[in-house]
Amino acid sequence: MYTVDYSKPQEPRLAEAEDGARLAAFDARVAADDFIEPKDWMPEAYRKTLIRQISQHAHSEVVGMLPEGNWLTRAPSLRRKAILLAKIQDEGGHGLYLYSAAETLGVTREELIEALHAGRAKYSTIFNYPTITWADIGAIGWLVDGAAIMNQVALQRTSYGPYARAMVRICKEESFHQRQGYEAMMVLANGTAAQQRMAQDALNRWWWPSLMMFGPPDDSSPNSAQSIRWRIKRETNDELRQRFIDATVPQAEALGLSIPDPELKWNEATQHYDFGPIDWEEFYAVVRGEGPTAKDRLQARIDAWEDNAWVREAALAHAEKQATKQAA
Amino acid sequence: MAQTLALSPAELALRLGDDALILSHRLCEWCGRAPTLEVDLALSNIGLDLLGQAQFFLNYAGELDGNGRDADKLAYHREEHEFKNSLLAEQPNGDFARTMVRQFFFSAWQLLRFQELAASPDGTLAAIAAKALKEIAYHVQFAAEWVVRLGDGTAESKRRVAEGVIWSWRFVDELFTGEDAALRPAWEARVQATLAQAGLELPAPVRGITGGREGRHSEHLGHLLAEMQYVQRCHPNAQW
Repeated sequence: MYTVDYSKPQEPRLAEAEDGARLAAFDARVAADDFIEPKDWMPEAYRKTLIRQISQHAHSEVVGMLPEGNWLTRAPSLRRKAILLAKIQDEGGHGLYLYSAAETLGVTREELIEALHAGRAKYSTIFNYPTITWADIGAIGWLVDGAAIMNQVALQRTSYGPYARAMVRICKEESFHQRQGYEAMMVLANGTAAQQRMAQDALNRWWWPSLMMFGPPDDSSPNSAQSIRWRIKRETNDELRQRFIDATVPQAEALGLSIPDPELKWNEATQHYDFGPIDWEEFYAVVRGEGPTAKDRLQARIDAWEDNAWVREAALAHAEKQATKQAA
Repeated sequence: MAQTLALSPAELALRLGDDALILSHRLCEWCGRAPTLEVDLALSNIGLDLLGQAQFFLNYAGELDGNGRDADKLAYHREEHEFKNSLLAEQPNGDFARTMVRQFFFSAWQLLRFQELAASPDGTLAAIAAKALKEIAYHVQFAAEWVVRLGDGTAESKRRVAEGVIWSWRFVDELFTGEDAALRPAWEARVQATLAQAGLELPAPVRGITGGREGRHSEHLGHLLAEMQYVQRCHPNAQW
């Protein structure tokens, strides 16, 4: 899973007071494709952008456990159940590395979680849609993890070292998830009439939200230009979206499923697929927290955190007692 | 060893497979809802280990009963009374303390049971047990550490873990019926040691509730199976 930058542009001139020479040196390192490491000097706006992006990414992994977890107890075979449980566990693991990467920038995981629960931090819009049949689990692996990979492969060369290294590991696992999702869809597409209907219905519902995962079009993506200069992002939203469509259309054809876009067609001149307009109104509504399951997702996270606060307090109290005993 | 074989290998495989299947399902219910991300991952780990054990045992049970049923057929197409898991395994999660006590009691029993089973003359059961033992040792340790942490932590966590012990204690007798009775002293010693570290005592004996091994279950199992089996039952001839 992954996230795009949903926030408003930073207030200008944060870096103004900062040392011009250090800034020039930083820019030169980034331009030379050096990795920036936690102890290196960095402009404050760069740090803030990274914290925002990495934490959104981490939150997306963790919130993303919920729509898939919705089918864990109804998985239709023991093999599928094991695959799904392992996949969700991987997502949780990605959340952990990403929170750790964000912590190298001087925030704590608790602060980031608090921001999520207070509605100040975002996560990927894709998780605010419901998983209503088993085929949705296949579609998420195929399309959502597929879209995530497009973005994350580029992020393996992002300029911030800890984020880039987290991505290398995450990409390996995501590409495995994508293949598992596709394989699950293949079984359905070659299955009974009811299974085929389920598969097509899942594609119909997940296609457009998957395209939206790449974020707004380049001409209305407020932070993209600066992020690309800083090499936090390496490719634009529209470039990545096009690459995803070009890769996915033949996969749908191989499944015998139709993509729910009457305007989709191969363009010989550009060597890309042309596609119909994306409903950006819907995208912005979901970003604002108006997605069909937005309240459920956030509430589930808040409940998990608050209902179990006593467990974390107990663990802390025990650790303190142990430390006191050892000191004595 | 003679004790291990007092039950037929088929019956034993079914019991142990159902224990693992049902408890694994309960752990799945925690997914995305645990106290911390680390705990969430750990519960998934234990759930995955148990699900793997369930597949091995149930495939073997199906093979032995000769009706051409595999693990999936047994998991998704039996009715409540045909399940042979212990009542402890099917108990609802409750709060985290109750889940940890259930896990500790179960895994500590499983460790002893499987140590015996690993020496069984039935080569398949022995091999499954030998593989599972490494996993179970971790499950016991994980759950025991949490029992201690919660017992020693705050007044609230102590109260909750003590309630968890009381909740699960009624189902302990069932683990030690028949040929498993001989395992009880070692189990009690292990449990008592951990409870002592947690500032808790081994509860007084109670009249144990039994029946799971004969297919007489609590009210909870039916709901679990309704959820678990729903897709398979809706599409009886489909492949997934």
